[in-house]
Amino acid sequence: MTAAASGLQVAGGPPTLAGYVTRGADGLSAIDLFVDGIHCGGCVRKVENRLAADARIASARLNLSTRRLQVRWRGARGMADTIVAAIAELGYAATPYAQEDVTAADAARARTLQLAFGVAFFAMANVMMLSWALWVGDDGDMGPGTRGLFQWLSALVALPAIAYAGRPFFASAWAALRQGSTNMDVPIAAGVLLTTAMSLSETVRGGPHIYFDGALSLLTVLLLGRWLDQRARSRARSGVTRLAELAARPVALLLPEGSTEAVPAARIRPGQRILVAAGERIGADGRIETGETRIETSLITGEWLPQAAGPGDAVLAGMTNIGAPIVVHAERAGNASSVAEMVQLLEAAEQKKGGYVALADRVVGFYTPVVHGLALATFLGWWLLGGLGWQPALVHAVTVLIIACPCALGLAVPVTQVVAAGRLMKSGILLKSETALERAAEVNMVVFDKTGTLTLPAAALAPVPDRPEVRRLAAGLAAASLHPLARAIRALDPEAPALDGVIEVPGLGLLWAGPEGDIRLGSAEWCGVAAGEGPQAEAWLVAPGLPAIRFALTQQLRPDADRSIALLRATGREVVLLSGDRDAAVAPIAAEAGLDAWQAGLLPAGKAAEVARRVQAGQQVLMVGDGINDAPALATATVSMAPGHASDISRNAADAVWLGSSLAAVPEFLAVAAKARSIIRQNIGFSFVYNAIWVPVAVAGLVNPWIAALAMAASSLAVTLNALRLNRGGGGA
Amino acid sequence: MNALLLLIPLALALGCIGLFAFFWAVRSGQYDDIEGAAERIFNDDNEGGEP
Repeated sequence: MTAAASGLQVAGGPPTLAGYVTRGADGLSAIDLFVDGIHCGGCVRKVENRLAADARIASARLNLSTRRLQVRWRGARGMADTIVAAIAELGYAATPYAQEDVTAADAARARTLQLAFGVAFFAMANVMMLSWALWVGDDGDMGPGTRGLFQWLSALVALPAIAYAGRPFFASAWAALRQGSTNMDVPIAAGVLLTTAMSLSETVRGGPHIYFDGALSLLTVLLLGRWLDQRARSRARSGVTRLAELAARPVALLLPEGSTEAVPAARIRPGQRILVAAGERIGADGRIETGETRIETSLITGEWLPQAAGPGDAVLAGMTNIGAPIVVHAERAGNASSVAEMVQLLEAAEQKKGGYVALADRVVGFYTPVVHGLALATFLGWWLLGGLGWQPALVHAVTVLIIACPCALGLAVPVTQVVAAGRLMKSGILLKSETALERAAEVNMVVFDKTGTLTLPAAALAPVPDRPEVRRLAAGLAAASLHPLARAIRALDPEAPALDGVIEVPGLGLLWAGPEGDIRLGSAEWCGVAAGEGPQAEAWLVAPGLPAIRFALTQQLRPDADRSIALLRATGREVVLLSGDRDAAVAPIAAEAGLDAWQAGLLPAGKAAEVARRVQAGQQVLMVGDGINDAPALATATVSMAPGHASDISRNAADAVWLGSSLAAVPEFLAVAAKARSIIRQNIGFSFVYNAIWVPVAVAGLVNPWIAALAMAASSLAVTLNALRLNRGGGGA
Repeated sequence: MNALLLLIPLALALGCIGLFAFFWAVRSGQYDDIEGAAERIFNDDNEGGEP
């Protein structure tokens, strides 16, 4: 086994990225890389200058927002590896960029909104110029000919602009209406279209009620809000995508001649053989062909202790190989991995949950009939009782609709969400779902997973004897290996000089011929001592003149875990621990975190059922979990969070993903959500007060175009300023 | 009043130039990396020389 494993490493070397290179029509090779660790213009300059210094490279451009590097060069595909190596020399990790479709769709949507905003803004500015003249000339200074000219010019600019810039709203409103439902865009589209139609008819008739400027400023403000909203969300999404990029390391495919090629996991076919180095995630389901190792299965089963595995044992994509290198014979394609059963559970849960109707859309549901009823009453009132002709009566009725157009409402919610998402992002929380904030504001129960959620994803060393010379010796030996246990031992004394001439015997341990005899750091059997209890990941240090010393991995609570849980309790929320691990492993962690409500040994379906039971009992549950076994529970809960290292499927199922090791992100998320909800409610309340003041004025027929424009601008400004308050002060957490 | 016949088309034409410039900017990707563009000004085109 040892020989086979070491033989594999010799044949390996870094896998080539040639498979990711594309050839352009201009004969240049190109690759898109995701460069991790870029955070400022200086990094961008370093990378670009380094690549530009190579004469073969035609262009290299690094996008600071997306961390995406596009390189084009003359020559062979294999140059991609040289480029990645050059970037690695600068201290950045570059991996192939694969999430083309998601980012492309986001970019296209952002572009549509930008262009629509540009057109609306241009038209608003120019129509406003003409409107000012009309407002000032209203008291008779302006002759009817000039007024007519100005009105027609306004119409000429406004009509195409409204048709172009209003498309996002018209399309969305039309889609909602066709399904027999209504959303925020229905009254907005109705308001804009009615305003335009009435202004056009007034222009034709030579009447005074021209509101082109109002319709356009409404579109401008709303489009700006939408664009910001889209940008914030796309940023959060690209953050999550980036995590996926980092996790989706290329799989090392073993070629028949013995070398390896890096390919995306999705390209692995059944029957192919892949090489999994120590410390890497397994890319596809299959069986171990060669190699004895330990496999960490926490992302799949929730068990924190690594399991021993050898030839013939089944392994699943998402497990981590923490022992020696192994060769896996793939049995399923990389993209149809293990998780098929989990995906079914997940889909079932998502269907059951159904659509959550956003607060703003619920408000619009009863807002629209009321306002439209009022407009109808205005028309009938002025026509039948007020003694006006039907045309002026209709003008009054449409004015009511214009004034009551939920501009502040349409802006209040997205702006608050943008500000909240920005604030969460600063705390390292990426918000993926549009309605997650609203759902999180109602949470009264928090369910945690254990492994990787309450505890740190990487197991830490159990306490070892505090003898500096032993630590120094062990750390010096461990420097020679990349094995996770060796790295943990190295961290005991990072300053210790690395010992020269240490031999790593794959699968067994490290050997150093010291002056007084051999020193070994490795498995119990190899060191000739009795193994410790349980299937621990352990290593023994045996040296002449020293008693054998055991180093074992143990699970460690996240920093701030107990404080965060206490905080959640203090804000009146129930906290529960649901784990797939064994009783004996869960009990000490629950005790340490101060939790008395816990359940162990749950299967994925059991976890989801426990969460579903609580949701059905009327609880609003926040599920926090990272494993593939948590994904169905994440989808079942009212709202869900996953840590950044979580499995792809959990990150996709979760509404929010947080980075960093502190559990304080959970109370922070709930606190910001609660604050955002109260601000959204204030803004909606404000919109109602605003309407309560202006709608009667409109019903009475006293509104001028300039009053309408002023009232709209003032209300938009007020809700925006109120939303910005979210950035101030602590989260109340 | 004749001034209007010159000034209004002039104002609209200037506005149109701005609008076309904006379209060009969006289409050619000038808004794709807002943060990066802000930082690029500090980059020294002079290769090898530290700023």
